Amino acid sequence: MLDLKSVDAGYGTFQALFGVSLDVKAGEAVGVIGPNGAGKTTLMRVISGLIRPRTGTIAMEGVDVVKTPAHRIIELGIAHVPENRRLFPRLSVEDNLRMGAYIKGARSKFGERLDFVFDLFPRLKERRNQLAGTMSGGEQQMCAIGRALMSDPKLLLLDEPSAGLAPVVVQQVFELVKRIRSGGLTVLIVEQNVQQVLHAVDRAYLLEAGTIRISGTSAELLASDTIKQAYLGV
Amino acid sequence: MEAFLEIFDVFLLEAIISGILLGGVLALLALGLNLIFGVIDVTWICYAELIMIGMYGLYYFYAVYGVPMWMAVPMCIVLVAILGLLLHYLVIEPLLDAAPINQLLATGGVLFFLQSFATVAFGIDFRNLGIRLPVLAIGDMHFSYARLLAFLAAIGGMVAVYLFMTRTYTGTAIRAIAQDRHIMPLMGVDTRRLYLITSAIGGGLAGLAACLLVLQYDVHPFVGLSFGPITFLICVLGGLGNFIGGFVAAFLFAQIISLGGLYSDLEWGYVLAFAFFIVMMFVRPQGLLARRS
Amino acid sequence: MNPRNPALWLVAAALVALPFVYRQPYHLHVMVLILIWSFAYTSWSMMGRFGLVSLGHGGFMGVGAYTTALLWNHFGVSPWIGIPVALVAAGALALIVAWPCFRFRITGHYFALVTLALSGIVLQVITATRDQTGGSLGYTPERTKGSALAALQFVDKETWYLIALGVWAAGLAIWYLVDRSMLRDALEAISEDEDAAAAAGINVTAEKLKITVLSALMTALAGAIYCQYQMFISPDTVSGIAVSLQMVFAAVVGGIYVAFGPTVGAIITILLAEILRIGFGTKAVGWDNLVYGVLLIVFIIFLPKGILGSLLERLKSPSKH
Repeated sequence: MLDLKSVDAGYGTFQALFGVSLDVKAGEAVGVIGPNGAGKTTLMRVISGLIRPRTGTIAMEGVDVVKTPAHRIIELGIAHVPENRRLFPRLSVEDNLRMGAYIKGARSKFGERLDFVFDLFPRLKERRNQLAGTMSGGEQQMCAIGRALMSDPKLLLLDEPSAGLAPVVVQQVFELVKRIRSGGLTVLIVEQNVQQVLHAVDRAYLLEAGTIRISGTSAELLASDTIKQAYLGV
Repeated sequence: MEAFLEIFDVFLLEAIISGILLGGVLALLALGLNLIFGVIDVTWICYAELIMIGMYGLYYFYAVYGVPMWMAVPMCIVLVAILGLLLHYLVIEPLLDAAPINQLLATGGVLFFLQSFATVAFGIDFRNLGIRLPVLAIGDMHFSYARLLAFLAAIGGMVAVYLFMTRTYTGTAIRAIAQDRHIMPLMGVDTRRLYLITSAIGGGLAGLAACLLVLQYDVHPFVGLSFGPITFLICVLGGLGNFIGGFVAAFLFAQIISLGGLYSDLEWGYVLAFAFFIVMMFVRPQGLLARRS
Repeated sequence: MNPRNPALWLVAAALVALPFVYRQPYHLHVMVLILIWSFAYTSWSMMGRFGLVSLGHGGFMGVGAYTTALLWNHFGVSPWIGIPVALVAAGALALIVAWPCFRFRITGHYFALVTLALSGIVLQVITATRDQTGGSLGYTPERTKGSALAALQFVDKETWYLIALGVWAAGLAIWYLVDRSMLRDALEAISEDEDAAAAAGINVTAEKLKITVLSALMTALAGAIYCQYQMFISPDTVSGIAVSLQMVFAAVVGGIYVAFGPTVGAIITILLAEILRIGFGTKAVGWDNLVYGVLLIVFIIFLPKGILGSLLERLKSPSKH
């Protein structure tokens, strides 16, 4: 579904990604792990169009993402849940979700998508008129994921969903991810919490200093010595 | 009623009510300015001059070309909305990433341009719509229908904007972009287009204000100087970009002007208002720094 | 610009000798205007170059002009005393408004708007006290029947030319003095990163106040000199936003980071106004501001460093272009 080939990307004179190639097949859950500053967030942004790659190709179901204007990438079916949630703090939960359904194709399905999201996150339904900025971290994460789901995407990009959340809440988030997956949604997760993410995805890549070092199934990675020593504290 | 009026000096009450009526229009002015600043994060120093052009517009449509009022007013609103659009497209867009002071100065250039354009095109004479609306008398108090009408229309305009901002997708997007513009593309929002729409709405509000003002006051190329600085002070006092703050500050300022004008010349009312502004800076600078986010 | 450079003295001598060689009164009049306004624009740029953009300098000019004229007309106080009083008034005004601004870190376009309010107040006060000041109709200092020197009123343009030249040169001298002082370094550090400057031990509020008061004093002097020369002032010619914007325009077009930039700006604006007036007569009313408006926009977008500034930049680093 999603195909990246030899992508270079960065900010100004600073390069963050060097020749990154990865792919995500329909229905899969893929993880990207790696230390702070590895370029994981840059990777997400280059896929969703917030920044543009310097070289390389990105294709979503065969469509060239690089040539698509940033605000039309969501129409290709890619929904990005940004790092740190990035909800609109002074909009209500419902208005935040409404923004998720902004594109023409999603507006007509607003009602049923809203029901779907409230089904998944009953707590959001309770707080639908509350200002998003006043909710707890975990609730905000759910709202952010819900907002991305409002457009009925084909591919969900999750950028560090566990960041700043208590372990119990992190657990809930990943359980939610599994539930969403079971509905057939394709997911690409970028995470620092290696344990949690490897148990939630089929395959994963290790990104260090802007290049892919290892890739394989989650079982392989969990068994790998490199991963165990560097990231699992074993 | 008689007993009530005996407690309050009648002229004081008249001034207070007059102040409220004035506040309505000032609040409308502040709304337009706050919209632009709150959403796009630029200051249109030439906002009053856009209104001035709108005032000329209504004058020419109605008094010169004989267009009936019910058609002239929407035409005027559209005219200034287009001006707002052009302002953003030609002047603001190239400077979106420049220092805010450069944006301010560029709109200062537009101020200059519009004032001179009006001087050259329309001459410096004062023009009047020539409409004499009756005066409403309650007891010993007198209120011009024009002011009453302006107040109601201003409130109506603000309600319309409120509904637009809360009940439509575009309006919600405008509120959203003011809070976090960088992630807007993720939701499929074309930031550029939204800014243009916001500029058009800001211009449209100016157009409405123009219609209301030209009903009560003469128009001449420098009329913007009478209410421009006041509008800025109101917005800055309420917190640039803060819609509620601007609303409250507008009525506060209007009261000061009205009451000050009651006890002395009109200009002293303005001086008092300006001085109040400076005192507020000493006392509560957060009012000045309380911008969006 | 080495003071020992003989070329500098040659140019200075030429400038001083000019009115005695070239006596066309109209041209001298234009030159006097250019010199006075150059000084005014330079005064504004003292602050503007450090990012302290004020839209209220028309207010300081107004204070300078009206204080001097009022003291003379109502109390017979000679401008030799009146001008210092006016300067004190302007300085006090600057302190009152600027201190809370700087103390509470009000900068950038917020600061510009506050200064706008200030000039608005000055304008309204002048209009409101119309019994004393003549309001929007303007005000005329009375012609002296006694000593021209004591009243600082001279009929011949040559004298005024020399006075204006002296004031203008003084303005440039002050510019150079500031350039070489610690004040400049401090203000440049502040304009780049205020927090870092404060952390490095710079008293941000004090430094900003210094340059603001200096700028206000110089601008008030410009207003006073203008009043004595023209013998007529009105709120819109010395105060109000038009004057403030004109200052900004001239400085931006000429180049605010360079000593002679504002002077270049003054030459451009005044010559343009005069050319239009001669060419089109009364029909030209408004056309000059029209052109200024468009040029200001164009310059801010394409040449924010001004003509002189961009030119110098190109000369210093040709490889960049």
